[in-house]
Parts: sequence; structure tokens; C-alpha cells
Amino acid sequence: MKHGRYPFIIGFLIVPVAIYGTFVIAAYVQAFQLSFTNWRGFSPNVDYIGFDNFTKLFHDSTFWKAIQHHVLLLIFLPLLTIILALFFAFLLNVGGGSKGGRTQGVRGSKFYRVIFFFPQLLALALVAVIFSRVYSPDESGLINGLLQQFGAGPVLFLADSHLALWSILAVLVWQGVGFYVVLFSAGMGSIPTEIYEAAALDGATRSTLFFKITLPLLWSTLQVAWVYLGIAAFDAFALVNVMSVDRGGPDGATTVLGLEIYRNAFDYAQFGYASAMGVVLFFLTLTFAALTLRVTRRDTVEL
Amino acid sequence: MSDIFKPEVDRRTLLRRAAAVGLLATPAVSMLSACVGGGDDSDDNADKPSGTVSATNPLGVKEDEPLEIVIFNGGLGTKYATDVDIPSYNKLFPNSKVAFSQTEEIATVVQPRFTGGNPPDMINNSGSKLMDQGALVQAGQVQDLTELFAAPSLDITGKTVKDTLIPGTVEQGTFNGKPYVLNYAFTVFGLWYSGKLFKDNGWTAPTTWADFLTLLDAMKAKGITPYGYAGANAPYYQYTVILASAAKIGGADILKNIDNLEPNAWNNDAVKQAAAAWAEVGAKYSDKSFLGLKHTEVQLKQDQYKVGFYPSGSWLENEQAKDTPAGFDYQLAPLPSVTTADKLPATALYAAAGEQYFVASKGKNPKGGMEFMRHMLSKAGAVGFTQLTKTLTVVSGATDGMEISPGLTSGNKALVAAGADTFSFRFDTWYKKLDDELRAATNELMFQGGTADKFVTRMQKAADAVKADSSIEKFSR
Repeated sequence: MKHGRYPFIIGFLIVPVAIYGTFVIAAYVQAFQLSFTNWRGFSPNVDYIGFDNFTKLFHDSTFWKAIQHHVLLLIFLPLLTIILALFFAFLLNVGGGSKGGRTQGVRGSKFYRVIFFFPQLLALALVAVIFSRVYSPDESGLINGLLQQFGAGPVLFLADSHLALWSILAVLVWQGVGFYVVLFSAGMGSIPTEIYEAAALDGATRSTLFFKITLPLLWSTLQVAWVYLGIAAFDAFALVNVMSVDRGGPDGATTVLGLEIYRNAFDYAQFGYASAMGVVLFFLTLTFAALTLRVTRRDTVEL
Repeated sequence: MSDIFKPEVDRRTLLRRAAAVGLLATPAVSMLSACVGGGDDSDDNADKPSGTVSATNPLGVKEDEPLEIVIFNGGLGTKYATDVDIPSYNKLFPNSKVAFSQTEEIATVVQPRFTGGNPPDMINNSGSKLMDQGALVQAGQVQDLTELFAAPSLDITGKTVKDTLIPGTVEQGTFNGKPYVLNYAFTVFGLWYSGKLFKDNGWTAPTTWADFLTLLDAMKAKGITPYGYAGANAPYYQYTVILASAAKIGGADILKNIDNLEPNAWNNDAVKQAAAAWAEVGAKYSDKSFLGLKHTEVQLKQDQYKVGFYPSGSWLENEQAKDTPAGFDYQLAPLPSVTTADKLPATALYAAAGEQYFVASKGKNPKGGMEFMRHMLSKAGAVGFTQLTKTLTVVSGATDGMEISPGLTSGNKALVAAGADTFSFRFDTWYKKLDDELRAATNELMFQGGTADKFVTRMQKAADAVKADSSIEKFSR
């Protein structure tokens, strides 16, 4: 049956590869090309200026500020999301203890599973608009409206440069947790119940079950989650763009690379410089993904 | 065939691919530039369609050539274009089909068409997503409007288009000596308040800083937030006020020096004094939570009588039309004099032609685009615009004697009182980067405990950086 194999495969691949090639690869190649130019976005002609954009980037304090924010997001977004998602997934799948020889989730876990997934169904822009209202600094905001009932002063979530990035991080976590609950639930579902039963017979507590059985057997799923969330931490553009004060403010306190790319390209008409930032972002993300895979590599238990 | 499909793509591979997709999706910047570097640069107007020049067709528009215009849909709406200007154009050129479109994001919609080489003919470049006009000029994409300004006016007999305009209009759209942009709306800028609120409380618009602060105290005592602007997206309004105060203290040349990136233009004492005076207002008479609000939210508060003074341009009344309670009575107060030794009188006013319209030089019908502007600049076009938008146009005295709305009348009165003492700045459209830095610096000054010294130092540094950046084209006036 060897013959006809390649035409068959090619038949499937040609359309997606062509689309991918045109809209992703070609666009990328062009970003690399433009990063060596001073193109301003209004003319079909470009001038090459070598590495000038990258030198300028190196001395750009806003760029470094954005990098700092990415580092912060890179640490806390995966950490918080995974801890919360693991906790919820454990409760939904194993947290109810064993009944009739089977482990099960807390009461109503099927319902909760659907609820947790809801934020995932909302478009990111929508989430941003909703949370702008939640965080609104006057009495019309959900949280500040409540606080006012108790006579507490308004908390300026997005308008306080110390709180702003954390407020946005909270939304990222809120939005992401549902997906990872489902992902981890699926992973936990594939762990044979006999293992839990055997452990339970030996008198293992819930926390022992979690740390000695669930976590090790879930390792590869966790790894996936970490890389996904890390990549998400390099983005965060949509939320910052819609939610933050003065786009990336107050005073640059929430800016991210995506926003700086956007600003340089579309506000300052510095497409060459923006492309240089894009190229840097490309290598940062690539490095992160490679590093994570290398560092977290360890033998997984085959079931 | 079973060997075609491996039973399982292993997780690591899947992960790698997913990671690749994720990061490849990030910068979509270059998607815009369908064929950068591939186009030719023919800027030859000779091959553009043209018709016979006549008394009714002074620009020589080809009668049956279609025309495409794009209008920004914001505070001014688009009705003036669809209901006034297009019918006027079609009356003269019934065979030219006018394709009209509107958008809230000019750059998103129009910019790709410039890189693609098929721009629309006339564009209203405005709003928060406007294109960098300086960069457009630099790229040779903008039509020189000299011909239009020299053409006879459509319905004001015996005058050229230029003669019918408020002095300074052509200069406002001039980039390095050539008129490229028509700034059509005439905006006066100052502090807006409710005539009703003031009448009910027996307050009058202050002219000195001491009176201003006394009034703000009185408002505070009434439980009204005396002064506010929206930090989230409209610090622009506040910095216009700060710079206008600086101009009043030290004369209009302060702004000219800032525009021209003169050394130490920001370090000037007048700028420092203005910043200090406004910082005090921000610290004592505003609400820190306004830093997190959008302009519409603060404007709504004013309509609910919760905010006393709001800094804005004369578009405010129209923008708020549907939220303004009956009898609110928008009134404009020029900025009170900061010191008793101000160089300009208290009546002096920030007033400028604004709202940019330009014709694409590489469009299909640039002559038609200019002709369309001629219709906008006719008396009938100007009256129609003012009636629909409650905003004055640069056509001098087009609506004199007409009662259109309280805010418009108030703005007009202030303009007459100011006489020759009007001033404006242009660096915000020339150097968007400086504009952004000033927004952040203004928020810092007004809401985040900034000081006047920090403010001017920061801005001087930003201005020097722009000046030293060879990739940014410089302009002067």
C-alpha cells in the first residue's frame, strides 16, 4: 500500500500549508526584513539601516519596562493559574473521597466544571470590557460600589501604578483557570482509579493522594500548561490595550511588548522599529519554550 | 493504510508545534504591508484623470470619475458629509459616483490602502486611531492643496477659497511650507460649565486665579467635584489647558518654541508656573479616581451636575447632546489668568482650526478630492456643518447671526472677545511620541503627586530625544 501514500498526504496538507505559508511564514519573514529598515508604513519603498533599530531598542527604557512586566507575568501567571486549576480539578475529580470503591469529586462537580469553563467562551476583548467595569474607580464599579456600601474608600485598581499590573494579572488568571481545570481533569481522569484505591487502603490522606499520586502522574500535562501560560504571558496585549489607563499606563506601569509594537507601528508610524521589537519578542518566546521543555524534562510514568 | 497514521503524536511534538503556532501568531505587524519594497513610486499627476477647466469647474475635475471619501465617525458624526457635502458635490457633478464610507478607526481601515497603493481620494484623518499626518506627508502620499486654496469659492462670489477662511487656517495645515491639510472645524478650547448650575448658585466664570480657587472651594462645599478630566484616555484635554495657561503667562511664543523643539522650551518659567498652578488644582479640587475614567464617563458626571469645570474643546456640546439634561446650558470660560502679570489678557483663548482632511496624491481622483473640499468650504457647506455638529468651521463668519445652540454661541462670544489673542500648538500632530509622553506626564502631575519641576524636566528630556532622533521628520512654524 506504499503507492499513493504521498499524494494522499499532500492532498490533505496543501491548503493549510499554503494558508500558513502566506499568512504566517511570509509575514514573519517580512517582519525580519522590515526590522532592518526605517519604513514608516506609508510608502512602498524601504531603506535598509542595518542593526540601528536593535541598538535603539537596547537603549529604550520603555522596552525594558515592558520586559520587566513580562518577567513578572511569566512567573506569576503560570504559577497562580496552575495552582488554582490543580486545586479545583482535584476537588472536582478526587476531592469527594471514595464512595462505593470509586473516587469522585465534590458534590455538584459536573455543574462546576461547566461554570469554570465559561470565561473561556468569552472573547478576550469582552472579558476586558467586563473587568473594566468591575474595576471602575468610582461607585459604578462592581467592587468599589460594594466597598462604598461599607464606607470603605475606593481602590484605584487600574489607576494605581502599584496595583494596575496585578489587577490585569488577576483577569488573566480568572480567564485561564477554566481551561486548565478541564485539561487537568482530563489528565486526572486517565489516572487509573485502582492506584487511588490502593493508596486509600493504605491510609493515604487527600493531600498525600494529591502530592504522591496525582501530581507525578500529571507531570506532562503540567508541562504543557506551563508552556501555554508562558506564551500567554508574552502576549497580554488585548487586556492591557483595552483595560489599562492611558494605554499601558498609568505612566507605563502596565505596558507589554505587544502594546509597544502596536504603538510604534500604528501610532508613531515606526514600522521598522516595531518589527525589530517583534523579532525580539519572537526570540524571547522561542527561548522560553525551549528552556521550559529542557528544564522540566524528566521521566514520565507510562500508564 | 494503517502505517500512514501514527497512532499518536507524542506530547512533546504536539507541544512544540503548539508553541510554534502561539508565537508565530504574535506580531501581525507586517501583515499590513502586503508588498513592501515591491511597489513603484510613480508620483506623476499628469496621468490623473482631468476634465475641462471652466468657471464651474475651476479645478478641472473629470465629470464622470468616481470619488471615494472616508469620514471619521466621532463627535461630529458623518451626517454633514452624507446630507450636505455629497449632495452639493453631486449637484455639480451628477455623473460622478461618490463612494462614502465611515469608520471609528481611520488608521486600521485606511492605512493598509496607502501601503497597498490604492488609497481613497479624500480622508478625514481624525480620532484616537488617526494616522501620523507628518509621516504621510513625508512619504509623499498627500496632495498639495495650493490649487484648492487659490480656486474661487463655490458660493461666496468674488473670493478665492483662501479669502473666505479664518486667518491662520492654511498655515495650520502647512507642513514645511506647503499646504497639505485642510483643518476644517474651528475649535475653541477652555473650561466648560453648566450655565444653569452657575445661575442657581449665583456663581460667575472667574477671570483671575484667586477667584477661580474661591469658586472651586465653593463647589467643593456644595459636594460637587470642582474640576475633573479623564485620565484614562483624555489627558490631552488637560495638557492643552496647562499649555494654554503657560501661553497666557508668557505669551504665545512659548508654544511656538515648544513646537519648534527649541532648546529649553519646556524649562521656561511660564510652563513651570502653569504646571504648578494646575498641579494644585489636581491635588486639591479633583478626584483621584478620575485617573481611571474615560472621557465619556467624566462628561456624563458633569451632565449629572457632579463635576463643576471640565476642560474640553467646542465639540463637547455635540458629543454630549443625548446625555445633556434640558436646560443644562453649556458655557465656555476662557482660562483664568494665573498671575496678575500675565502677558496675555484673561480673554485670550486657545483656538485653532482642527479636524484634519486631506487628499491622497496617489489616489485615483485627487482633483475630485480637492473639489469635494471646495464644497465643504462653501458657505452652504459650512452652515450645514455647523447646524448638524454645533461646531464652527474655518469659513469666516458663515453662521454669524444664527442662533444654533448655547454652547456654540458662548464659544463664539469668547472668540470675539479674544480678538487677536488666540493661540494654539501643533507638536501633538507633528510628534505623536511627544504627545504620548505629555499625556503620561500630565497624569503624573495632576493625579500621582507629580511636581512642576519633574513635569518640565521630563518633557524637556522627551523633546530633546525627539529632536535627536533622525528617524523622525522635523517640522517648524
